[in-house]
Amino acid sequence: MSSISRDEVAHLARLARLDLEPDELEHLAGQLDQIIGAVAQVSEVAADHIPPTSHALPVTNVFREDVLRPGLTADAALAGAPEAEDGRFRVPQILGEEQ
Amino acid sequence: MTDQGLVRRSAEELAASIASGEVSAVEVTQAHLERIAAVDAEPGVHAFLHVDQDGALSAAAAVDAKRAAGEPLGPLAGVPLALKDVITTADMPTTAGSRILEGWQPPYDATVTAKLRDAGIVILGKTNLDEFAMGSSTENSAFGPTRNPWDLNRIPGGSGGGSAASLAAFEAPLAIGTDTGGSIRQPAAVTGTVGVKPTYGGVSRYGLIACASSLDQAGPCARTVMDAALLHSVIAGHDPLDSTSIDEAVPDVVAAARQGAHGDLAGLRVGVVKELGGDGYQAGVEARFAEAVELLGKLGAEVVEVSCPNFTYALPAYYLIMPSEVSSNLARFDAMRFGLRVGDDGSRGAEEVMNITRGVGFGAEAKRRIILGTYALSSGYYDAYYGQAQKVRTLVSRDFEAAFAKVDVLVSPTTPTTAFPIGEKVDDPLAMYTNDLCTIPSNLAGNASASFPCGLADEDGLPVGLHVMAPVLGDHRLYRVGAALEQALVSEWGGYLLNKAPELEERR
Repeated sequence: MSSISRDEVAHLARLARLDLEPDELEHLAGQLDQIIGAVAQVSEVAADHIPPTSHALPVTNVFREDVLRPGLTADAALAGAPEAEDGRFRVPQILGEEQ
Repeated sequence: MTDQGLVRRSAEELAASIASGEVSAVEVTQAHLERIAAVDAEPGVHAFLHVDQDGALSAAAAVDAKRAAGEPLGPLAGVPLALKDVITTADMPTTAGSRILEGWQPPYDATVTAKLRDAGIVILGKTNLDEFAMGSSTENSAFGPTRNPWDLNRIPGGSGGGSAASLAAFEAPLAIGTDTGGSIRQPAAVTGTVGVKPTYGGVSRYGLIACASSLDQAGPCARTVMDAALLHSVIAGHDPLDSTSIDEAVPDVVAAARQGAHGDLAGLRVGVVKELGGDGYQAGVEARFAEAVELLGKLGAEVVEVSCPNFTYALPAYYLIMPSEVSSNLARFDAMRFGLRVGDDGSRGAEEVMNITRGVGFGAEAKRRIILGTYALSSGYYDAYYGQAQKVRTLVSRDFEAAFAKVDVLVSPTTPTTAFPIGEKVDDPLAMYTNDLCTIPSNLAGNASASFPCGLADEDGLPVGLHVMAPVLGDHRLYRVGAALEQALVSEWGGYLLNKAPELEERR
């Protein structure tokens, strides 16, 4: 199987919105290679005609009655927020100046 | 000094003493709080991340008031419990062992928490765990490791090491764990306690901070099989707030534990899984396991060998499926709505703050699994890794189905080895992952499984667990087998296995 470079780990980290230090990238590249090498064993199993399982016990279309039930108040929902303002979550800017 | 008499009693005995008025619930809670104060602080056990002294005492006082008013009490009313810190509590912080949730107080109780409170169970506090329940040693907690009461230099298992250690250290008679790949059963095995992973969907996941949603299951941890059964029946049952919750009657686990305690397993067919043993298994583990199997035979069970050929591939499949789900579940920690936010200095945008916060807030194992999951799900690799792992998952379930057509329960050792020294495997993920070799198949297939103490390994004097696997909704079979084994071993040993654990030094 493929070997995983430091650049690939950096790419994955960008996809996952995860800042990694240079030494973390180096370390993870080596470890991922090892782990992927081990888990790649799954490819030895002949499973072409086997359906995939995504959930241990398949359940479909679980509905409930459409009735009112108590929910969180705005204050309760905001109580654990890093920052709140005027009854809303305050977040850093989401659009750059060039946009 | 702690009142050793009270803290060493079972939950069943404590509930009876409280109901009869021999002791008050407040006295019982006080004794456990004193024990925690005496043995938990570093360099002690460190099972707890948070102790709620006031909340526990007032919950206990409410049980005493109810009794005084002549109101009926539930079977575990007034009994203290340690709650794994991955289950939300509206009156206590919930950290999941992560810096990213340090100090976070959830706005709601998990269904499990609500059921405990309704039953009059006294929540002492929140127990330590590997970050987001990812690990087998509790060393991945951002708040320092928990130590095994049998040997403070060794790991208590993980991820629910805090819950298991609190039982083994007599800090609580009951605890709640969660099990994604073995996090209830492996800590139970290495601490000489009882841990049950119910059938997937048997206990609500509402308010359980997700590790891998298709695998996570909360369950009871205790020192005796009957205590686990009593706790199981408190927390189990259908919950409309969890769409994967099973809408069927909860198996009568308490009756099964009573039946098992008579020590008669006549008519029970037990299958020893051929693939779960041999190379890589510690001699002392294999010896105790073989004796336990022989004992089940003496109690009347019919023992046969069963082959589950695809179990060999369960571990690699799990280490593709679990991180894939983890990478997706942990995306919710985005520094916007709850938890940590780092780097919001007015000049940085939301995405940059998110990147920085996640880099600072997550520990090494969380990062490893996020990257691994992102890789397994990325285009070009999806079919070869995640897709193929899902097919293997089907094959593992089919192995179980074929086996349960022949036998009522399957058995194996719970873990290949006893508790290892703290630090030994911390940067060797592959070695760490093999701890869950025997427990993972049941998470993939969703069936019920448990670990019961079956002795001490000769080479190191540390506890060994017998792993019992039952079919989906066959949870009661676990308790029948566990209770039969327990009564036979307790009479052979002249007491519970934990009586052989060294006394912990009380510091006050």
